[in-house]
Amino acid sequence: MNAIREPALGHLRWPTAGGSQVPYGVFTDPAIYELEQQRLFRGDAWSFVALEAEIPASGDYKSTFVGDSPVVVSRAEDGSIHAYVNRCAHRGAAICRELRGNVQNHTCVYHQWAYDLKGNLIGVPFRRGLNGQGGMPADFDMKKHGLQKLRVDAYAGLVFATFSDSVEPLQDYLGPMPCKAIDRIMSRPITVLGDQRQYVAGNWKLYAENTRDPYHASLLHLFHCTFGLYRSSQKGVSVMDAKRRHSMLTAMRGTDEGKVDGYQDTRTYNTDFTLADPSVLAGKPDFDDGVTLVILAVFPNLVVQQIANTLAVRQIIPRGVDKFELVWTQFGYADDDSEMQAIRNKQGNLIGPAGLISMEDGEAVEIVHRSIIRDQDQTSYIAMGGEQAKDAEHLVTEGSIIGFWEYYREVMGWAA
Amino acid sequence: MLDLSALVPVDLHYQVSKLLSDYVECIDDDRLEEWPQLFVEDCLYQVIARENADRGLPTSAMYCDSRGMLRDRVVALRHANIYAKHYYRHVLSNVNVKGVQDGEVLVQSNYVVLQTLVEGDTKVFNAGKYLDRIVATPDGLRFKRKVVVFDTYRIPNLLVTPL
Repeated sequence: MNAIREPALGHLRWPTAGGSQVPYGVFTDPAIYELEQQRLFRGDAWSFVALEAEIPASGDYKSTFVGDSPVVVSRAEDGSIHAYVNRCAHRGAAICRELRGNVQNHTCVYHQWAYDLKGNLIGVPFRRGLNGQGGMPADFDMKKHGLQKLRVDAYAGLVFATFSDSVEPLQDYLGPMPCKAIDRIMSRPITVLGDQRQYVAGNWKLYAENTRDPYHASLLHLFHCTFGLYRSSQKGVSVMDAKRRHSMLTAMRGTDEGKVDGYQDTRTYNTDFTLADPSVLAGKPDFDDGVTLVILAVFPNLVVQQIANTLAVRQIIPRGVDKFELVWTQFGYADDDSEMQAIRNKQGNLIGPAGLISMEDGEAVEIVHRSIIRDQDQTSYIAMGGEQAKDAEHLVTEGSIIGFWEYYREVMGWAA
Repeated sequence: MLDLSALVPVDLHYQVSKLLSDYVECIDDDRLEEWPQLFVEDCLYQVIARENADRGLPTSAMYCDSRGMLRDRVVALRHANIYAKHYYRHVLSNVNVKGVQDGEVLVQSNYVVLQTLVEGDTKVFNAGKYLDRIVATPDGLRFKRKVVVFDTYRIPNLLVTPL
């Protein structure tokens, strides 16, 4: 059995009932990390695993993770998509040793047990022995020794998987707000442009906070703010789903001209920084609603983004209590003309681990994680916008972060 | 201006090696403002993960198609971006002058970048290859095109200084 030691959740003190003060121990305690794997990543949650466009053809597969469990996502001959743990049913070897590829079936290199594209065992060498000697037991049943399968569902080209038999259907799990945001970005067939992998020395939940935080983005990311790609003075919203586990922040470029006086007490405008070549900022609207920035955080491991003309999904893979990997898969639309392809290519400078407006997020996570290793009962203080998990029609709020923590406490079984 | 066709290979190799050495020295010695000057105005500087390059996909960590964009990178990292103080040390090898084509010298080389953070330990930060197209200008050899294909496709925290 996979019985996991139950951490004594009570040993960490949450000074308030809600999520506005978070004990630092939740970021550093290995027992909490183990419980998250069980209750979040293997619990009643759908984890993002792939874009359908990454595995368009029969036999295409992608190696990835649900939580820290290695998983293969595969497209079968009938077009259906499957996910199974990347571990041979025989002795536990990884059956997929590449990031991606195309195969007729998956064969473990160790003893060549073979599986079909749906994860069913289809071949065992020497099953009947050799020359009447050896072989598997007479009652060996191939059907009982397939790969460990996950439930899979897709929404608008985004593929999710779960270990849970009880979690609600994917669309219900996402809820109306995230579905609408996904529908908007995935409204046309997409083309994958490539991946970037960023390895951050901090707890994954620090990134969950970061992507629910419209307040930091115009203060930490000076490039963002200086060139008006994002400022807290712009029109925008910070909203959550009904359970406050997913959240979205949006902003509209060009809506705060003459309204930026509030930045006088920040370091943001203390620069005469101008661009020699402003073409990196040139673009064309992808959408006619004026929204130029969307950060949709889907619990527990997905961020869907639109920043100017850059479109991407970011998959968060926890790699232990003090590190996580962020996989950015950038995409465009299949009908992009060469001008639009060039725009997305050049704006790629804005995002990813070398992104002029995104590189600091890894740094923010690391400077927090390094400083909280002691004093585990001491807490953060999350109060901008009124210390409550509330939606806002503005960007000077931390309401979605509080919502995340309140849902997290509930799922983890922490008394409110 | 150098007449490329008149150079014997050893001279060409020397000139190319000198440019590459100047390139890594201005990064490693934190003279980043000099870095864009080693490119022609109408240049390409691309830093791309091998996993994308091998698939023929365009997603790049950096993609600059003018010297102005290189200057902007440097100005941004001096004045806008937040990152930990660090040093780079490039180790360059296998400088292979492949030939001259339409007035451009084609060069491939390997690099390793070691990074030292404020704690003082030095780690391999990134390894890969340079695919360069170099031209002669009145100021000497300059990069027309520099494509950095990095094997180390998992970037620790962030990539701020050029490779």
